[in-house]
Amino acid sequence: MAESVTITFTVNGEKESRIVSPSRTLLKFIREELNLTGTKEGCEVGECGACIVLLNGRPVNSCIVLAAELDGKELITIEGLAQNGELDRVQQAFIDHAAFQCGYCTPGMIMSARALLERSPSPSDEEINEALSGNLCRCGAYQEIRQAIKSCAKK
Amino acid sequence: MSAYKFLGSDVPRKDAVEKVTGSAKYIEDLHFAPMLYTKILKSTIAHGLIKRIDTTKAEQYPGVKAVVTGKDFPNRAGLYLVDRTYYAVEKVRYWGEPVAAVAAVTEEAAAEAVNLIEVEYEALPAVFDPREALKPGAPLVHENLAEYERVPVFYPQPGTNIANHFKVRKGDAEKGFAEADLIVEREYYVPQMQHVTIETHKAAAMWSLDGRLTVWSTAQSPNVVRQILAKSLGMPLNKIRVVSNYIGGGFGGKAGAAMEGLVVPLAKKCPGKVVRVVFTREEDIQGSFTRQALYARLKTGVRKDGRITALEYHMVWDGGAYTEYGVNIIRAAGYSSTGAYDIPNVKTDSYCVYTNNPIGGPVRGFGMCEMQWGLERQINEIAAELGMDSLQVRLINGMKDGSTTASGQEVQHVAFDKCLQSVADYVGWGEKSGKYRGKGIAGLVKAPAQPSNAASSCIIRINEDGTVHVLVGASEMGQGMLTAMSMIAAEALNIPVGKIEMRVPDTDFTPYEWQSVGSRTTYCLGHAILRAAEDVKKQVYLITAQVLGLPADELFLDDDTVYWTKDKSKKVSLREVADSCKKCSGEGIAGPIIGRGSYVPTKMTNLDPETGQGKPGLFWTFGATAAEVEVDPETGKITVLKLATAMDAGQAVSPQMCQVQVHGGTIMGLSTALFEEVRLNQGRVLNPNFTDYKIPTIENTPEIKGIILETPEGDGPYGLRGVGEQPMIAVPPAIANAVADAVGIKMYTFPLTPERVWQAIQDQEKTNRTP
Repeated sequence: MAESVTITFTVNGEKESRIVSPSRTLLKFIREELNLTGTKEGCEVGECGACIVLLNGRPVNSCIVLAAELDGKELITIEGLAQNGELDRVQQAFIDHAAFQCGYCTPGMIMSARALLERSPSPSDEEINEALSGNLCRCGAYQEIRQAIKSCAKK
Repeated sequence: MSAYKFLGSDVPRKDAVEKVTGSAKYIEDLHFAPMLYTKILKSTIAHGLIKRIDTTKAEQYPGVKAVVTGKDFPNRAGLYLVDRTYYAVEKVRYWGEPVAAVAAVTEEAAAEAVNLIEVEYEALPAVFDPREALKPGAPLVHENLAEYERVPVFYPQPGTNIANHFKVRKGDAEKGFAEADLIVEREYYVPQMQHVTIETHKAAAMWSLDGRLTVWSTAQSPNVVRQILAKSLGMPLNKIRVVSNYIGGGFGGKAGAAMEGLVVPLAKKCPGKVVRVVFTREEDIQGSFTRQALYARLKTGVRKDGRITALEYHMVWDGGAYTEYGVNIIRAAGYSSTGAYDIPNVKTDSYCVYTNNPIGGPVRGFGMCEMQWGLERQINEIAAELGMDSLQVRLINGMKDGSTTASGQEVQHVAFDKCLQSVADYVGWGEKSGKYRGKGIAGLVKAPAQPSNAASSCIIRINEDGTVHVLVGASEMGQGMLTAMSMIAAEALNIPVGKIEMRVPDTDFTPYEWQSVGSRTTYCLGHAILRAAEDVKKQVYLITAQVLGLPADELFLDDDTVYWTKDKSKKVSLREVADSCKKCSGEGIAGPIIGRGSYVPTKMTNLDPETGQGKPGLFWTFGATAAEVEVDPETGKITVLKLATAMDAGQAVSPQMCQVQVHGGTIMGLSTALFEEVRLNQGRVLNPNFTDYKIPTIENTPEIKGIILETPEGDGPYGLRGVGEQPMIAVPPAIANAVADAVGIKMYTFPLTPERVWQAIQDQEKTNRTP
């Protein structure tokens, strides 16, 4: 196995090139090398969804993706949603509907919701259930999360 | 409409923008340098002597900076009963107990090195069932119980596995049973559960070369961490600083001093470096507090008219290997053992028993979910045997103003009947459900379980421009402390919430707070904030009086201006008062305005050791849950059709946040009712991950109806009382009562998994077939 891999990618709109260990997970890379700590670790095995980021627009559990796979791809983390100091509408909807308590699952939850709204601008309850079924919220803000997502739907 | 200017309205959470943008900093998000990573070696047996530990190879592994074992930090620590060491000393008492640890420059090196530590054990007979542990001749988990320091309201019995025995003797139980027309007696069991906060437990420590210790922790209770560390290290409090940032969920699991002691001895060996430990999910489920399992026997006597005359509650709690915190849970369950009901004659014995299972400790509800499960199930059985409506039996016996608790404490400002009625109305109580459908209801009550002198304090600084900083030592773990406390400060100062800033605790800078537990913060810290605000206003008025030449008691503050009550045109801006503080001639009047407020309960008492009588409750929060379910008799699967929880909040600080809390608590209750159980085999956790330890997702969470009642708490600040823990308490019995209504089965334990429900249906059919 190679000692290290050079990867070139876009993170939150910025082009970057880094050298990474082939065994480095995308989650550790994002948190410890890109210093983007908004992406959270909850289980390290893809069960809880706290670490979800968008890779080429698709939500992935970054704890079970290798950083090397980032090469040539576009990465968006929770830090990349607000533009020019303005919150993304999903972020604003989460605030308006008080769709979180401790906030630890929130970045992953918002990234899943963001991806859902991209592919289905007016999601049904079933689509919301499916899209967010990999995101655990122990504070139990699911009802408010559903309302927040529905409020973002294109009428 | 709220009677208050700020309270009772909805404002965006103070932590909202940080939390939706990923900029909210939790402990693991802090950048430490130089930092060492920790890996812990855990016991591979549940009970045994440590014959030999050899750390030589680990010490020699490249990148390793320190290795510790129990010998490096043998002092005991604990909140109520000082029975615990952070690393096992001489013997291990549960599977997975920390035995040694490594700090290294990379996580990988720490992980490699820790496996090079050699440990030789001599296994001892172990005990995993607290009922067995009570028997004479059972293996003794703690031989030196007599030596342990304890808070004197706990009663361990040296030479046995009993860590605490709490008794209630109210009225005359024998006489009460003699008066009864019907006596029902049953056994109930509640298994261990885990908090599974999405953020696992984490801590970091740094020992400066000048002897000061800094600890960063996911602790709910930084002041208690400081106190316990100081005591076990023999250090003064001013040399220890504990910082707690945003916490990714607590639910009691991060109360007390959970695991900070693991990194402290490592840090001592590497002065100037930050040593950090991050629990994996497996470590978190196996190695942090579990809810104590409860084996209960409950006997109730009742008259034909539905009035309960006597109750005998025998509770045997699985305290696990250490019960430093657990001893108080069984005490709280004991003094609350009549639940939300007024029962004149009570005999309760609640035992906290050592076993070789994982450490028991606080979980949302603090014993109330477990204790009220049996009670709320039994009331349904009583109703069924009397041929009465179970809601009626609850209303007949439910507490009202002037009722007394098991400990003989009078309760006031009680609207338990309204809680019951409101959830009953929501599910259409009395209207028949369809086939395989049923309705159930359960009541709940809980007081904060805290020492009678648990204190809170607050400092309010008025900045030079009239804006405000409020300093408190409470933690923000999602419950909305920052927002709620800011709103209380806003109301008390008459300054808008937007001008008030508040941060998470740091014991070097924020004033003392006992713990953020027990739904006590709103009430206790609320009082301290009120007093600090009064102190601020007193200073503002004294200065203003000199500036305007008016009597201080004729002034009032409104937002950014101080007015004369008799003529509002005579005024001065708060900015001037706060900043210049001088007369026209230039002479100074007074310095910057800093208000202080402290609160300690003055009406709680210790309880009589023989009868348990006294005043343990600062306030009692009542509520109720009702459910409508459908049961599939083929699979045993329960579908929740309707679920409502009513909580009497006294006064909702923010109705929206209060609703979120009620919904969330109800969902956690539902999760325990249907899914959650820590599965143990010989003390070893079999399901330490989210695949095997299930909690609900958005997909299997029904719509929850939250109902907020507001019967002001007489002594509460603005009539407020806490509602954080309570919403989960009545959910399991409400669901089980609904299941009983649907298919007739009687459940004595939960979670109500499909196999358990299916089996109960099969057993019932078998019984019905056999004459």
